[in-house]
Amino acid sequence: MAMRDRRVKGVLGTKLGMTQVFDERRRVVPVTVIKAGPCVVTQVRTPDNDGYSAVQLAFGEIDPRRVPKPLRGHYERAGVPPRRHIVELRTADASEYTLGQEVTADVFSAGTVVDVVGTSKGKGFAGVMKRHGFHGLGAGHGVERKHRSPGSVGGCATPGRIFKGMRMAGRMGGERTTTLSLTVHAVDADKNLLLIKGAVPGPTGGLVLVRSAAKRPEPAGQGGAAA
Amino acid sequence: MNTLDSLDAASLRQDIPAFRPGDTVKVSVRIVEGNRERDQVFQGVVIRRQGGGIRETFTVRKISFGVGVERTFPVHSPVISRIEVVMRGHVRRAKLYYLRSRRGKAAKIRERREPAAR
Repeated sequence: MAMRDRRVKGVLGTKLGMTQVFDERRRVVPVTVIKAGPCVVTQVRTPDNDGYSAVQLAFGEIDPRRVPKPLRGHYERAGVPPRRHIVELRTADASEYTLGQEVTADVFSAGTVVDVVGTSKGKGFAGVMKRHGFHGLGAGHGVERKHRSPGSVGGCATPGRIFKGMRMAGRMGGERTTTLSLTVHAVDADKNLLLIKGAVPGPTGGLVLVRSAAKRPEPAGQGGAAA
Repeated sequence: MNTLDSLDAASLRQDIPAFRPGDTVKVSVRIVEGNRERDQVFQGVVIRRQGGGIRETFTVRKISFGVGVERTFPVHSPVISRIEVVMRGHVRRAKLYYLRSRRGKAAKIRERREPAAR
């Protein structure tokens, strides 16, 4: 099935942190709690107008005075007060959404398999062992003050340079990260909470996008499908 | 993580008696056999309690047919149907790992007499 034919559901939210709950078989389940939504639809992209179909979702409070005028007009057209974050969700059923429509946590149900997109925690300037999983040098046997260094990064006169893309120390984290195929453990529609089994990218309080899993067959009617 | 306290509160159990390391407890564990469910009792000495809130666990040690057996339970786990404190013990450690290297009379724990009057 082509990507553009998929019907994708999604909602923006804030990561509240992790805790654990007990399932119906009395086992401990580690869950990440996400305060999802309420989002609003600010634009519907159609193949006729834009060449593709997608839904634009907006989420989060913002002081309206801080919103630039062009964006203010954009929100006015949707008939909603300005929001802090905007994402676009490519989905085949975009035409079923209407401008200003609210999207809340209850688009997902317990058992649905989802992907979670977030910005990973920044690690600063990290060495190769942390950043790329290099093994470093020996702890003893004559190694002097080089225990976490990368070792050789290339030849001498041939090629006389270091190849592009050589993995070295540098900035790590703080980049867009997607965790695939997590299961929704429970949905609290009253409090707009999603309980997702496992860890999701980013710090507590970070913005996350929860959307239908890309690597699972599309849920046909009921949420989620067997692996 | 105070933001999630209200969520955890739903899973916390109020019916767990107060017990400490050194106490001998009888833990009734719910066991599912096919369609039937019954309680199995695990009785022994609490050798540690660790963690807090919903994450808190405790470990019970007993000698079964001459073999030491330890089992760790989440304090608030629904798998526990009942906890009964059989005997309060007088110990001077929070973690009683030294019991593992002792057997017989050396592994005996004195009973705590005046409770909570320290």
